[in-house]
Amino acid sequence: MGNVTYAQTMSSIEKLFDDLTFEYVRQWKAKLPSRRVIGFLPIYIPREIIHACGMLPVGIFGAGDRIPVVRGDAYFQSYICHLPRTVVELALCGNFGDFDGFLFPSICDVIRNLSGIFKLQFENKLVRYLDFPQNFDPEVGGVFYRRILDDLINDLSSLNGLRPTNNNLNESIAVYNRSRRLLLDLVRLRTEKPHLLSAVDFYKLRRAGNTLSVEDFNALLENLLQFVGQIDAEPEDKIRVVVTGAFCEQPPLGLIKTIENAGCYIVDDDFQLGLTWFSQDIPDYSDDPLGALVESLLELKTFSSAVFEDDRMRGELLAERVLERKADGVIFCAPSFCDPALLDRPILERAMNKHHIKHTSLQYHENLGQFHVIKEQAGAFSDMIKLWE
Amino acid sequence: MEVQKESSMIKQKQMLAEHFMELSQVRETGRKVVYTFVPGNLAEFVSTFDMLPVYPEINALQSGMRKKSEEYIREAEDIGYSEDVCSYVKCDIGMMLQGNIGPTGQRLPAPDILLLSYTGCFVFMKWFENLRHLYPNTEIAMLHVPYQEAGRIEPAAVKYVKDQLIKSVIPKFEKVSGQKFDIDKLGRKLELAAQAENLLVDIFDSARHRPSPIDAYFGGVYYIGPIFTAFRGNEDCIDYYRELKAEVDYRVAKKLGPITPEGHLENERFRLVVEGPPNWTHFRDFWKMFYDRGAVFVGSSYTRVGGVYDDGFRHSSKDPLASLAEYCMGCYTNRSLPQRISLLERFIKNNHADGLLVNSIKSCNSFSAGQLVMMRDLEARLGIPVGFIETDLVDPRYYSFSNIKNRLDSFFQMLEQRQSIWIGDDSLSDDVLA
Repeated sequence: MGNVTYAQTMSSIEKLFDDLTFEYVRQWKAKLPSRRVIGFLPIYIPREIIHACGMLPVGIFGAGDRIPVVRGDAYFQSYICHLPRTVVELALCGNFGDFDGFLFPSICDVIRNLSGIFKLQFENKLVRYLDFPQNFDPEVGGVFYRRILDDLINDLSSLNGLRPTNNNLNESIAVYNRSRRLLLDLVRLRTEKPHLLSAVDFYKLRRAGNTLSVEDFNALLENLLQFVGQIDAEPEDKIRVVVTGAFCEQPPLGLIKTIENAGCYIVDDDFQLGLTWFSQDIPDYSDDPLGALVESLLELKTFSSAVFEDDRMRGELLAERVLERKADGVIFCAPSFCDPALLDRPILERAMNKHHIKHTSLQYHENLGQFHVIKEQAGAFSDMIKLWE
Repeated sequence: MEVQKESSMIKQKQMLAEHFMELSQVRETGRKVVYTFVPGNLAEFVSTFDMLPVYPEINALQSGMRKKSEEYIREAEDIGYSEDVCSYVKCDIGMMLQGNIGPTGQRLPAPDILLLSYTGCFVFMKWFENLRHLYPNTEIAMLHVPYQEAGRIEPAAVKYVKDQLIKSVIPKFEKVSGQKFDIDKLGRKLELAAQAENLLVDIFDSARHRPSPIDAYFGGVYYIGPIFTAFRGNEDCIDYYRELKAEVDYRVAKKLGPITPEGHLENERFRLVVEGPPNWTHFRDFWKMFYDRGAVFVGSSYTRVGGVYDDGFRHSSKDPLASLAEYCMGCYTNRSLPQRISLLERFIKNNHADGLLVNSIKSCNSFSAGQLVMMRDLEARLGIPVGFIETDLVDPRYYSFSNIKNRLDSFFQMLEQRQSIWIGDDSLSDDVLA
């Protein structure tokens, strides 16, 4: 990306966010005949493997309120969340024309069955459902996951004939480690000074991270870290909140803006959780890089509604995050009809009560257009904390 | 013969009453209690440890039939469960909060272990995570059953399930029950299970006759009762299915239709296959909308939710743990959409169905997501009329009689028109069709 100004950086991010035709993807792919593009649904997929196969992983997060849903509604009943409608709409309108395959991680029944719909509708594309292990014993879940990764490599390699070496995999792991470190630096900076980069801009930046090549994204992050550190701005009198529950279907930008304008700095959220799925580096010098990827997943410490809770009590993890981010409270912000987020909510609310952490909850769908109620609710939450805490 | 026909129902009722009686006496008997789910249920495995299973979905549907579910659901919503989530979960949690009184009016014991057989439904995982917080000292055993994403059971997936059983589930069951795992005992139970499964398949296959001697949906939920719950793998279960089969054979011989709440279905007019679970809160009224019009269900996907035996799978003692793994992975909602379509197509073709009905359930994304695509695919492929209605499992707020009736009226009109086109073609005799 070279040396560009802050305004240019934000403008390019904005452009990427607005572009539902994936022009960047088209240009990236056109540079080499062996290049392939793999779309993936939230939350996490091992992008390192796709990268090592010479391909571009691109996050598919629906289209929010930016397209009318004409055909997508004919695929899903009214009581199913909104994300798959815009995903299908985009697919049927040809917006994924440059995509060679699609990966669907095991996060809920809707995403699982969406993989079946893609299998039926797009027979000429690679469509894979990735069943991540819910058993975390290396000899049980580890063996199973290793097999899934082996199969994934076979499937991807069949698209361009390139099979990644251990060196390729290690290089890919290293470049994604770097990406996570840069992003976490930015998260930490925002924890200290959330007024330097608005929640909306930070969100758009991360959306860019799910479209750009990791190399381009890292360059962008490096530039931005320099710029943001130099900004001279005064913080406003706002509370600090962690927003959780929005890891799949994305909130409209207006909702994020509304929360912040109503007096809440969002100091942590799970909007683009997959980008920072691992908080530690994955070893990038291993003789067995696939083994390193497997081990990292089994030892995952990330708070996620899609991973069996086991002994990693989710409420405690959230309370730790609140403490770490010096947050004043939690906003549970889940899409309507999202089973994983909404079924976690009562557990998490009880945990927050136990830790005397204030919380409020709201629901949305990706094409929500009215934010008045949310403004009232977030404003009241902010006032309540400012006045009484 | 009326008495004979009712005898399987009476037997099932007795079996259930005894089971709930045993559950109510665990304090005295010391028997341990396992909460688990119907899809991918390991009934034989549980009874190998002399433990007693409780199925929260069954309790929820029973609450729905007894008109208790709305109260329970509201109770759960009062403590933070969203209106949008599965009504089974809320009904179960509400029932627990109100004292855990089961379908027979007896208090259900708390679980000693939660066997989270995570088969074909993501909500199961969230459900038991919630229960674990509500029963904080309870052991939880996760059995992750991989989805048939490639449309087949992969050997690596069988190994994964077996490994989980060996390394995680069995040690937890041994600890809770105080009994060592006995694989031979399990094998003997699996052989008994296979006998019951053979009988069940014969019963479902009888729907190819005209008139169909069974209703594979509304009647079907009774037929699957013992094999999908606590009884698979014991002698009582086999006796039940022998009795049921004798009743079905009698109806075939006499060319009688299935039993409805108002007696035998006479004048079978429409033969239907249905995708999706039934509504439980208005079960009788819902059923009546069909038998009043002479409609009988000759196939249903819901009756395969606790196991698919149509393509030859039977539990086996040859490799008991692998057999359990294959059973779990074969359950209907653990199958890919193309597999589900194939199964419905088989029901439609083999049992000479006139149409396909989708009962889309608000609570159940595992079934519902993708149903519209399946419906259109089958319509295009087979050229049959399709109908679509929406209800819920146990939340009566989502049951709208008028909406359902309007849609069914249109569906039956389509079927009638289709029949009027074919009315002149009486060349196919009953024997050929059968």
